[in-house]
Amino acid sequence: MDFSTLIQILDSTLRMATPLLLACLAGLFSERSGIFDIGLEAKMLISAFFSAAVAYETGSVWLGLLAGIGSSLVFAAIHGVASITFRGNQLISGVALNFLAAGMTVLIAQNWFQQGGRTPSLMGGARFEPLTLPFADSLAAVPIFGPLYAELLSGHSILVYVALLAVPASWWVLFRTRFGLRLRAVGENPAAVDTAGVSVVALRYSAVAIAGLLCGIAGAYMSTGLGAGFVKDMTAGRGYIALAALIFAKWRPWYALSACLLFGLLQALALRTDVVARIFPFEMPVQLLDSLPYILTVVILAGFVGKAIPPRAGGTPYVKER
Amino acid sequence: MDVMPKWADVVLVPLISLLLAFAISALVILGIGKDPVEAVKLMVTGAFGSTYGWGYTLFYATNFIFTGLAFAVASHASLFNIGSEGQATLGGLGVALVCLALPWPHWALALPAAMIGGALFGAAWAFLPAWLQAKRGSHIVITTIMFNFIGAAVLNYMLVNVLRPEGSQDPASANFPPGTNLPTLHEILGVFGIPFSKAAPVNVSFLIALLACVLVWLLIWRTRFGFELRAFGKSESAAVYAGISPARIIIVAMLISGGLSGLMAINNVMGEAERLVLNSVEGAGFIGIAVALMGRNHPVGVALAALLFGFLYQGGAELALWMSIPRELIVVIQGLVILFTGALDNMVRMPIEKLFLAMRRSAKAGE
Amino acid sequence: MKDLADNSGQPSGAMPDAPPAIELRGISKAFGPVQANKDISLSVAKGAIHGIIGENGAGKSTLMSILYGFYKADAGEILINGAPTDIPDSQAAIAAGIGMVFQHFKLVENFSVLENVVLGAEDGALLRTTMSKARKHLTEIAEEYEMNVDPDALIEEIGVGMQQRVEILKSLYRHADILILDEPTGVLTPAEADHLFRILRGLKDEGKTIILITHKLREIMEVTDTVSVMRRGEMTATVKTAETSPEELAELMVGRKVLLRVDKKPAQPGETILKVSDLRVVDDDNVERLKGVSLQVRAGEILGIAGVAGNGQSELLNVLGGITRATGSVQVNGQEIDLTGKHSDGRSRRERGISHVPEDRQRAGLIMDFSAWENIVFGYQWDPACNNGMLMDNDGIRRETAGKMERFDVRPPDCYLAAKSFSGGNQQKIVLAREIERNPDLLLVGQPTRGVDIGAIEFIHQRIIELRDAGKAILLVSVELDEIMGLSDRIAVMFDGRIMGERLPGETDERELGLLMAGVTSGEGAA
Repeated sequence: MDFSTLIQILDSTLRMATPLLLACLAGLFSERSGIFDIGLEAKMLISAFFSAAVAYETGSVWLGLLAGIGSSLVFAAIHGVASITFRGNQLISGVALNFLAAGMTVLIAQNWFQQGGRTPSLMGGARFEPLTLPFADSLAAVPIFGPLYAELLSGHSILVYVALLAVPASWWVLFRTRFGLRLRAVGENPAAVDTAGVSVVALRYSAVAIAGLLCGIAGAYMSTGLGAGFVKDMTAGRGYIALAALIFAKWRPWYALSACLLFGLLQALALRTDVVARIFPFEMPVQLLDSLPYILTVVILAGFVGKAIPPRAGGTPYVKER
Repeated sequence: MDVMPKWADVVLVPLISLLLAFAISALVILGIGKDPVEAVKLMVTGAFGSTYGWGYTLFYATNFIFTGLAFAVASHASLFNIGSEGQATLGGLGVALVCLALPWPHWALALPAAMIGGALFGAAWAFLPAWLQAKRGSHIVITTIMFNFIGAAVLNYMLVNVLRPEGSQDPASANFPPGTNLPTLHEILGVFGIPFSKAAPVNVSFLIALLACVLVWLLIWRTRFGFELRAFGKSESAAVYAGISPARIIIVAMLISGGLSGLMAINNVMGEAERLVLNSVEGAGFIGIAVALMGRNHPVGVALAALLFGFLYQGGAELALWMSIPRELIVVIQGLVILFTGALDNMVRMPIEKLFLAMRRSAKAGE
Repeated sequence: MKDLADNSGQPSGAMPDAPPAIELRGISKAFGPVQANKDISLSVAKGAIHGIIGENGAGKSTLMSILYGFYKADAGEILINGAPTDIPDSQAAIAAGIGMVFQHFKLVENFSVLENVVLGAEDGALLRTTMSKARKHLTEIAEEYEMNVDPDALIEEIGVGMQQRVEILKSLYRHADILILDEPTGVLTPAEADHLFRILRGLKDEGKTIILITHKLREIMEVTDTVSVMRRGEMTATVKTAETSPEELAELMVGRKVLLRVDKKPAQPGETILKVSDLRVVDDDNVERLKGVSLQVRAGEILGIAGVAGNGQSELLNVLGGITRATGSVQVNGQEIDLTGKHSDGRSRRERGISHVPEDRQRAGLIMDFSAWENIVFGYQWDPACNNGMLMDNDGIRRETAGKMERFDVRPPDCYLAAKSFSGGNQQKIVLAREIERNPDLLLVGQPTRGVDIGAIEFIHQRIIELRDAGKAILLVSVELDEIMGLSDRIAVMFDGRIMGERLPGETDERELGLLMAGVTSGEGAA
């Protein structure tokens, strides 16, 4: 494999990893606060639709992004009401939201655009354009570093950089702020937070809202950055891969970055069967490549590669004990 | 002390939840500019107005009974088996392999063999998540989700690379030999001279699904294993105290659950398509979750809820046909039903409990 | 309300006409159909140590949780230092200068001591400044009250005594003037408890007001100035400790005269039923929990195991009951018991004539959601007597259950009622009915009367003694020294996974046992 193919693959990896990373960090905040979220998929999907639809109607991708985030927050709020206020089963709530998003997006898309559950293709200002990083053109000629900078790092839409910056930001919030301390505590032992005079409900709602925000960005990126419009079921299980990456990352932001880059690489490779054929000495079925993230996660869960210990209070609604 | 009488818990609460879900569904229909009353009429006539409609309704219900029972059995052991979809997918593979293995002379021979094949493959697909939960403490929800995706990839690989007949572009197996074709309800009822739609795919699997309800009921509430399974589901620490092995319960419960999911394939793969295609399960595995939730994990409840979802599916297809409402409306309704009966259960339960409490207080005060 | 005192203690160094630190007026609280607190009024003088005593479920913890804003009262008024104070949540309680140490600590296990102390009382939105200030402040408080802790130690790595200190420090860090402690000595050795009481007296000298919730009469007599008695959600009396006696308090708690002693004939021990040699258990964290335990129990005798919770008694019971694997040797009726292999489970033990009343009936002994009849067969569901071929003989089991419930006076005698709907005492009777009526050769009993009302305690003790008199071997584990002293024919004391010594109840006293429980041997060898 030559250098330029490598750059292409890595470039594609970065783009594929972006929605995974945002969704993974979303899950990280939610689960660190003790709320399981298998509805990441739902929030990404609903946001993908609304950001594309609004971007198309208004011609502004930024309004689209806002709409996407808004719709994702609504879904997050439903999850919050079900699992925090009414102490329902968080898994069931997530399953329900996944259905709701899968159905609603197509239903509304068909009603608005009559194109078989998709939005019209986005053009111009309705899409996120690639950004050229400073000096990218002048540095491109420098060997090795030049192409790495100009072709791999530069030339992505702004949301890619937002996702990358979200990693240190998440780390800082979780481990360097009062909010982060309380958030981590509420996922471990909500009673400790409650008796310390801090509201468990408010903390968990904020975590769920952050998850909504991040998933909203992830969904918007899918339809207005990575793609050019909404297509039925376009998230295609990325919410679950993000969940897998979260376990892989052991609920830590920096590990999340590496896990998502790894899974992004697998997705990028699956798109380049020609490269795959050259890398592997045997015939690598593309289906195996597709399912590698899932297989790797199972291996991690099995504890053969270090133990993944989830937040202790995860999945259980907080009820004051009698 | 129980606040509510049992009937309120078992009937009233799910019923109100269901009504709420339907009310919002009606709003959704209004929202896309259609008339909900007309839609309901169309759905009811489409699903129950003819033996053709019934035939489809019961066909869908058969799938949902199997996956609903699968989820219910695991639920009684406090295991959230979200992997029914993958287990049913693999069940389809098992059924297909059995059907294609021999030139079966008669369905009565092929069916038991296919049942074993489907159940074995489904159970096998549940085994690894179960084993990992039992022995390594890996969260079964996550592992079964992962196995759904891996299962889809396995099926894809098998259809594209192994089962696809030569020369075919379609990722599907060859048609099953005629000796494996199951008698439809039309043929069965015809024996008794009762007319029934010939075109509807409902077949003998429906009766097997009903039989499965009875057997699951016996298993859960009448056998030692069922007792131990429920005990484990309620309290693992108590089960260990009593000498009930958690690993055994987890693994056997998941094998039964996976086996029931796999059994579904005798209906959709063997009974209807008569060949194996991609995504033949079509989400029935997930609907099983809704069905079991609605049915409160009881076989009778599961059968009724499966009928309800069969109605939604068949009625929804009619909507798509005659009112140009996309089939995805059913997916929305399904999501709402799961949301209200499953996740927002307490939203309905808490006010009702308060109501009963107030009634009891006033009754006491009146004495 | 029976009032034997003028409601105020004799605080040291407080002004005689200062308003009480805490005054509760007409507090009521219901949980669903259960009335946990009924019209409770209470007044605690500033600088006093006030005890609240009552049986399990009397409503003590609920009342204090209301004072701490953990629950909201349905009716009533709270006055702090004379000023009416609304306490809707714990934040408000903390602001009013109230701190609480719960029975089950509210600590984040994988946080450090410092992080736990700071949680909820941070100085600003960023941790950096908070932490360095907090470290200094915490060290100061710890020195002032002689409660040394390592601020960087993780909670999961320190012992329960130390965790309790962290809880107290948490309150002091928040400038609490009123400190509530809920059953603080349950997890402590007598020596640690003494240390705690010294700390409490020190706090009192600093002018802090302390409320001590307990069911142990001895502690009330030892440290409190005044004491209130609760029964069935009501406050039945408030008295000065110096003017009352344990007998009077017990009577106020139960509402009638109580025999604090158990009546029993001398034991007639027969041959050895249980022989344990060099039993060792290593837990999942690689900590050795049993360090070579050897003991024997003969037919017709009760061997009582005394000790502070967490010194290996639970592991001993669990090994004998087939729940935990172990090395060493256990013989029952002269036959070796499988400790590691296929037959080291609860079922095999039951088949060998060992019955087990577990320490925690809600987590182990019963399935709380199961009906009484299902619980009566629980653990014996494999017995052919309970089955008709493939299926369970549910009708037969229900008939059996009715008889057992009657013989053990379980109320209400409704075999369809879920276990969680019975009171603690009746739940325990269901477990005892199941295990005793199997007529075992060996009965393992853990904490038989924990959370059980006094009326049921007498009944349960009688049944255990009857089984002994029927010639069965009984191994009794209890953290209640009174119970051990009253029931046992021999007493073995456990400390740190070892038997520290054996004593005969007539030839020892609480002081000597207390020393053994703290790991201090008095020169003489084991009996």
